[in-house]
Amino acid sequence: MKRRDFLKQSVFASGMTLVPSFLKGMEFLSAHQLSGYKNVIIIQLSGGNDGLNSIIPISNDIYHSLRPSIAKKKTETIKITNDLAFNDNLKEIKELYDKGEVSIINNVGYPNPNRSHFRSTDIWQSACDTNQYLHTGWIGRYLDANCQHSYQAIEVDNSLSLAMKGKSINGMAISDPDRLYRTTQEPLFKNLISTTQKEMLDDDNQGYLYKTMLETYSSVSHIHSTSKIYRTTAEYPQNPFAKSLKTISNFVISGLKTRVYYTSLGGFDSHANQLSSQDRLLKIYSKSVGALVSDLKKNNRFKDTLILTFSEFGRRVKQNGSKGTDHGAANNVIVIGGSLKKAGVYNELPNLFDLDKNGDIKYSIDFRSIYATILGNWLEVDDQSILNKKFEKLRFV
Amino acid sequence: MSMNNHLSDKQIQHLYWRVGFGISAIDLKKVRTLSKNQITDRLFTESKSSSTLSIFDKVLEKRPANLSPQERKQLSQLRRKKMNELNVLWFQQLIDTRQTLREKMTLFFHDHFAVRIKMPRANVHLNNIIRKHALGNFGDMLLEVSKSPAMLTFLNNRQNRKNHPNENFAREIMELFTLGRDNIYTETDIKEAARAFTGWNFDKNGTFIFRIKQHDYGSKTVLGKTGNFKGEDIIKILLEEKQTAKYITQKLYTYLVNPIINQNHVEQLSKIFYDSNYNLKTLIRSIIKSDWFYNDENIGAKIKSPIELLIGLSRSFEIKYNDPKTVLYLQKKLNQMLFFPPNVAGWPGGKTWIDNSTLMLRLKLPSILLNGGVIPLIDQKKTENMMAKEQLYKKIKSKVEKKVKTTSNWNIFLSTLGSIDETELTKFILQPELSSTAKRVMAAIDITDTKSFVIGLLSLPEYQLC
Repeated sequence: MKRRDFLKQSVFASGMTLVPSFLKGMEFLSAHQLSGYKNVIIIQLSGGNDGLNSIIPISNDIYHSLRPSIAKKKTETIKITNDLAFNDNLKEIKELYDKGEVSIINNVGYPNPNRSHFRSTDIWQSACDTNQYLHTGWIGRYLDANCQHSYQAIEVDNSLSLAMKGKSINGMAISDPDRLYRTTQEPLFKNLISTTQKEMLDDDNQGYLYKTMLETYSSVSHIHSTSKIYRTTAEYPQNPFAKSLKTISNFVISGLKTRVYYTSLGGFDSHANQLSSQDRLLKIYSKSVGALVSDLKKNNRFKDTLILTFSEFGRRVKQNGSKGTDHGAANNVIVIGGSLKKAGVYNELPNLFDLDKNGDIKYSIDFRSIYATILGNWLEVDDQSILNKKFEKLRFV
Repeated sequence: MSMNNHLSDKQIQHLYWRVGFGISAIDLKKVRTLSKNQITDRLFTESKSSSTLSIFDKVLEKRPANLSPQERKQLSQLRRKKMNELNVLWFQQLIDTRQTLREKMTLFFHDHFAVRIKMPRANVHLNNIIRKHALGNFGDMLLEVSKSPAMLTFLNNRQNRKNHPNENFAREIMELFTLGRDNIYTETDIKEAARAFTGWNFDKNGTFIFRIKQHDYGSKTVLGKTGNFKGEDIIKILLEEKQTAKYITQKLYTYLVNPIINQNHVEQLSKIFYDSNYNLKTLIRSIIKSDWFYNDENIGAKIKSPIELLIGLSRSFEIKYNDPKTVLYLQKKLNQMLFFPPNVAGWPGGKTWIDNSTLMLRLKLPSILLNGGVIPLIDQKKTENMMAKEQLYKKIKSKVEKKVKTTSNWNIFLSTLGSIDETELTKFILQPELSSTAKRVMAAIDITDTKSFVIGLLSLPEYQLC
């Protein structure tokens, strides 16, 4: 039996009968439909990754003079151009770069940058102005405008980030699909679900709880039965981040009708002795993403995948008193994909002559331009209504 | 004047869930015979005094400027540790307190004046300011909060100097603390107000000081008024605006009454609040003495915040947390960590507490804390696999108990119930009416085993509401 046929049958044979018939379950895509079904994987490097020591302006004197003890030496890097080099822990990213599958976008930020982790994370996730407070995220608003089901945006994490929260619909947070599935198998909850009636799903809070429960069930049982069938055999490094990417890969290859995946790698807040800690994290990042990409390629899904990596802010150019760096502003963003229109170094390198009054890199590309590009050019939806404003689109896809 | 001065059990429970964390069977028995007015008086009398939190650590007073990198790292670790201790300390006080109304209002303003900084002393100080004024005057609270090291630090007023203004505090005091977003004020008002707050700072002991040299003595125009204003004048001007009374009343209404606002009630209340010169006691009294507060549409209409859920359960069953890590872990997983609001806007609350992961955990929580993770059901296929089931339960229990180290006092809960039937028990534990589904599901639970029946009720979505 073909995998997809088996999938279809087992779906109806398994937990699906649980969900009341009025609630349409998750749809699966045929192999034919699956080809060309574009998705985005978003990775946040939490804590503020030092972009200058990740993708390095290696021949810039200011870089070396402001960072006497933490600037990377040429021997510790992999050359991109005469002026630019990868941190040598980003080996797998460099390999993708050489194949034209990476676009490096420099000086990404926003006006009046906030240097608090929480606030700046909120700004990136809700795609708002620095003096604006939104309770919805940009992916959440994408769901509101274009989707019917929670599972169309999945965060592989314990709880849902602001980015994934919409006004009328939230994305799903799943760290361990098997564990969440087990909780949903609790007999009392199953009984509740199987007898829930449409009339109960009012707009009030009680209706909302039942509705959320139903959504969880309809998604989880599908996700469970799907990922039970496709289990990647590809090799991934042994760390939680790689495990999350592996979960995502299982979802993508299984044919979940999910457009957006979200996950994060934490620990980048390098105020002291940053060299060893950042290098270790970049290695984890690079090896894990490398494994993900080769897995997707093997299954012919990479051409429909775009991977966006960002951090809530970059770090100060000048090192601080404890061989680390303090919170900064604009930073580089890495876009990886099998169908990039413009690969390579997308725009000008950071201007270290012209820093802001805190000594941080000034932004030249608003991060919401990147979102607008992904929404408009890649997912082909109306970006302007989701971002509440018109942002100039870039040309990487 | 209120026409109806007698409250049903359900209405008393409603009152106690909203101004506290539910009511025990013993207290319900005591209060049942009292009139609405007497119960109201009782609530205020119980909260007359105030229990301040204190964590004292001499080391924390050291000034970071004199520290070596190594010492700075140690201090930062110590602060993190103290923040966690502080969190657990308040959590425990919320469980133990008899000053429920005061603590509940402290929780409200902890959210309203949301501060997220890793400074344990400043956090305790701010928390105690809020507690002191929680049933007093809102204007006094606002002034003292604005001058606290926690707020001055968090919203960067220390960097707000003559000719180098930092508008952060001026913006938030209008947008979040008084008028509400996009009400009355303009960007110019913010800029002008920021100038008035220049020079507000604190010394190394945490005492407020006014730095004359940093203050901008020039003339400012804020909300149509002009003068050589200082910070205190701006706060006075903001309190003169009726919109401030309306904004606070509206927010408190969603906290105590219903997430869906009744404009008539809010208009009425905000007038009372304004005319009382921002007396919080007067405002709360007007709410809980009204007839409409006890209307069916308000009962069970609110999604419990994670803290309300956890504290409510802990109080009912005298849950003891044998490992403080459990307390922190649960708050974190449910997305409400005391002293760690997501940002200056506080917790958005309401439906945003609920996503698929938090909901499933919240439904599972009572059985985890009270019964080793087991929700016992009657076996449809009768007793043939009783043994297997018992063994399965045992396995689940030992696994959960290894992770969540709590003990609970079922005896006190069960013995104080007296002899009540399942209908009364359901009414006592759940605030909203049961859905038809929940009714059907509960029918499958063994009612002769009260403990199983209670666990069943606590595991329903209805228990998530109050």
